[in-house]
Amino acid sequence: MSRDQIIFVAFLFVFAVINIYLFGSDSLSADWAGFGTFLAAGITLSLYSFLYKDNPLFKFAENLYVGVAAAYTLTQVWYTVLFPDVVEPLSGLDSQSMSNLWLIVPTLLGLFMLTQLSSATFSWLSRIAFAFVVGLGAGLSIPRTIAANLLAQLEPTMQPITPTWEGLNLLIILVGVVTVLVYFFYSVEHTGPVGVASKIGIWFLMISFGASFGYTIMARLSLLIGRVGFLLEDWLVLELPLF
Amino acid sequence: MRYFLCCITLVFCAAQAHAQQPTGVKAEDTPNDSGGSITVVWDYPESYEKAEQIRYIISVGEFENGPFHSAKYNEANLQSTDPGTFGHGEETSQKIFARITAYVAPTDPPKRIAIENGKTYYVQVIAHLPSGESFPSAVASAEAYENFFNTLKTNNFVLGTIFSLVILGGIILAQKRDLFIRRIAGLEALDEALGRATEMGKPVLFVHGLHDMGSVSTIAAVNVLSRVAHRTAEFNTELRVANRDPVVMAVSQEVVKESYLNAGRPDAYSDDMVFMVATEQFSYAAALDGMMVRDRPATNILMGYFYAESLLLAETGASTGAIQIAGTDSYTQLPFFITTCDYTLMGEELYAASAYLSREPKLLGSLKGQDIGKAVLLIVMILGTLLATLGNQTLTHIFTAY
Repeated sequence: MSRDQIIFVAFLFVFAVINIYLFGSDSLSADWAGFGTFLAAGITLSLYSFLYKDNPLFKFAENLYVGVAAAYTLTQVWYTVLFPDVVEPLSGLDSQSMSNLWLIVPTLLGLFMLTQLSSATFSWLSRIAFAFVVGLGAGLSIPRTIAANLLAQLEPTMQPITPTWEGLNLLIILVGVVTVLVYFFYSVEHTGPVGVASKIGIWFLMISFGASFGYTIMARLSLLIGRVGFLLEDWLVLELPLF
Repeated sequence: MRYFLCCITLVFCAAQAHAQQPTGVKAEDTPNDSGGSITVVWDYPESYEKAEQIRYIISVGEFENGPFHSAKYNEANLQSTDPGTFGHGEETSQKIFARITAYVAPTDPPKRIAIENGKTYYVQVIAHLPSGESFPSAVASAEAYENFFNTLKTNNFVLGTIFSLVILGGIILAQKRDLFIRRIAGLEALDEALGRATEMGKPVLFVHGLHDMGSVSTIAAVNVLSRVAHRTAEFNTELRVANRDPVVMAVSQEVVKESYLNAGRPDAYSDDMVFMVATEQFSYAAALDGMMVRDRPATNILMGYFYAESLLLAETGASTGAIQIAGTDSYTQLPFFITTCDYTLMGEELYAASAYLSREPKLLGSLKGQDIGKAVLLIVMILGTLLATLGNQTLTHIFTAY
């Protein structure tokens, strides 16, 4: 047996022994809730086993995750979109309620997308649906982008600069915005004054990225703490003051 | 004499009472909305020393002579706080306004009846003084209707139109002469990274972000994919394109197929090169991590809009020793790509990538147009700040998003 195989078997053995003890001592209830905790702990450890190296347990958890996610998405789409918004209104159509007839148009567009999977005879139909989606997306995003990325940034930047801390703050923001904008100029060579401004812009970007990095790492650590808390408190039923 | 004094007192009291009556009451359709709303405006009672303690009730009726039904009451010190409708001037502090969208149903009080479009409503503002007295205003009428054009978005429309024209001008210019475009390190390295994969005989993994085709970053990523596919077809290198969104997958299939056709290698294309991985964020990340570790692609290209999975993907890719080029406009994920990838296209660099790679006049021209737009905004920003510091905020107000 190779070293990896020994570790793998030992891990499974320890996991089995712990769970037998937990179920035997009634620390985990012998019902669906207890089974859920056992399963969640097993999948969590399987996914964390990737930190050692790729292994059959990780592969199992990965494929299970992908499969469950696909099935979950399918049920979500069916119960929240297809059935209430398409099947139900269209199946209830009669001479009295023809107002839902317009639903045929988006339904057809959706069906056209599936023609992508068919032969070349029909697959061209999918382009109509894709053109609609891409065109609509681009059209909707233009005013939204102007409002959110231009106007909403311009107005708070163009504020009176006063000889106060707030004024200094505004000045730093103005210098940051101007120099970062200079960095994103593509049609001029970044040399001379433009190069200097662009370098200052990069500094502003990197400082903000550093802050963002630290902030996000904090959030990720809290996720890790949550998972470790689950393993220690919910699965192993240890009374720890930390979590 | 006594009679005269009584008369004077009565006249004075009546004048006082009249002073508390809401004045200048105007009702009109709420501008820039989809209907179903009336805006009532009246004067702020500056002459009354306890003006801030007055409580107002707005009543709505379907007939001029009533009955009127309570629609809304406002706290005494409510002022105009809607500069989009009432402007930024000093005079707005002299007005009070309220938006009415429904009023209490006369027969079933808890229920509210919505304001209908095209129907005339009569509105009365009643001022309740701290002393307990009430003073109704004169009746005003209005009709709600849908507004075809939202004037609050005029600045958005004008900016969009001007920038579109500038970009069109840039495209025309690019068709007439060559335009300069500065070096973008991440894109310069693309050929090198693809060449490395070819030399090593290992695949190139192209990973799309999580957004659908409506996102600008996805459109930019598809443009980069087109170039990558063209190169892998020329180099005869295996290409794998991972997708989370079925529409993005279908578009990517078309793009890759076309690139292989243009490169004269239609035989090398297979639909399986572009595949769906998973629709959920972390199952997508878990599956891709597995692929990176097992297949060990020599080059990982991550383009599009990413969320929390960015570090999981890039860190795993880095651990396999692959050259990694990432591009995203997701501000919160850029730090992770910068720390774990060899090259990162930051924000707009991703949009510029397609122009940079293809050197097509259309794309180069639009890049030039965007640069002109940025220069204009830069000047506006500096000028606006200078003017605001000198006490004139006109430019700031013009560029306010409503």
